Amino acid sequence: MKRTQCIEALYGELDQWLVVTIMGACAQELYDLGHCENFFYLQHAMGLASSIGLGLAMNLPQEKVLVLDGDGSVLMNLGTLATLARYRPKNLVHIIFDNGSMLSTGGFATHTTSGVTDLAAIARGAGIPHVAAVSSFYEFMEAASAAFDRNELSVIVAKVEATGPDHFGMDLKLPENAFRFERLIRERKRQIVAA
Amino acid sequence: MTVSRESSKAVYQGIKDAGIRFITALPETWLVYLLQMADDDPEMCLVEVAKEEEAIGVAAGAHFAGTPNLLLMQNHGFLGAINGIVSLSMLYNIPLCMLIAHRGHMGEPYPWHTRGGIVTEPVLRGLGIPFDYARDPRHIARQVREAHTFASSSLSPVALLLTRDLMEGEE
Repeated sequence: MKRTQCIEALYGELDQWLVVTIMGACAQELYDLGHCENFFYLQHAMGLASSIGLGLAMNLPQEKVLVLDGDGSVLMNLGTLATLARYRPKNLVHIIFDNGSMLSTGGFATHTTSGVTDLAAIARGAGIPHVAAVSSFYEFMEAASAAFDRNELSVIVAKVEATGPDHFGMDLKLPENAFRFERLIRERKRQIVAA
Repeated sequence: MTVSRESSKAVYQGIKDAGIRFITALPETWLVYLLQMADDDPEMCLVEVAKEEEAIGVAAGAHFAGTPNLLLMQNHGFLGAINGIVSLSMLYNIPLCMLIAHRGHMGEPYPWHTRGGIVTEPVLRGLGIPFDYARDPRHIARQVREAHTFASSSLSPVALLLTRDLMEGEE
């Protein structure tokens, strides 16, 4: 299974979500499908995508928040799984694409390579109420569909191939992404108040 | 010496007066009363993280959500959060108001706090983070408000260092 295949399959439903991605291949693959104002790409600060997701989810109970994370990033901030579990926002889905590789920085093996470290077990141990570990596209779609409908904090650890795009770059400056993301959230709040 | 309950109340009142309704924190001795007050206050949402760098992400999420918020941490937590401050807050121009317990400076009896205390100000200067010392409970409310205002207008991290003069007291 490839990450890009998973992201592409979710893309059509993402307009209902606030999406936070990690840096590198994951961000690029989402961007290449077509940037939307409800996407925020964390192009550095590895590990903090899920923390941003928590801050969003707790402050915007009317929104649904999707974090697209990776094994390398999560390994830099394992405490986040415990913090997510403690505050348990119902409106947060955290997908960790586990390619066992620091793909964007030379493809070095991470601790999850060959199953040495089991991120799903760590998430369960941290107290995340719904954790799915998937390795086929069919399982991924089933787990994502369940998580999207569940209205409970959910983590999906998806084993994917260590492949990524052959190019990197966006026509979007980093602060511009932040400013537009924040503005979109403000506008969505206003629409809810108006409705 | 114990932690001053009166000064803690003054700091908390300043936080409330500044319109803050969301605090991300990691416990530390000088912050004990502040965290208790936040925890007991139905108007306040308190998130306790496992490590301070997480708080930089949580605060960014709260900012995107439009919630006035601030961080409470020890200076050693600030030192541990620097990559998040640089590569999230500064890189993306996200306001960050940090109230930092400045342990390990004049009068510090505990050796383990000293190195972090000595380097806190030079690190803040090196990073170009505007900071101020809070020493007097009579001025603290204004200082909290001004730190939050400046973080919001400058779209950058701002630090208010809570000193021994402010946070310790005889009780």
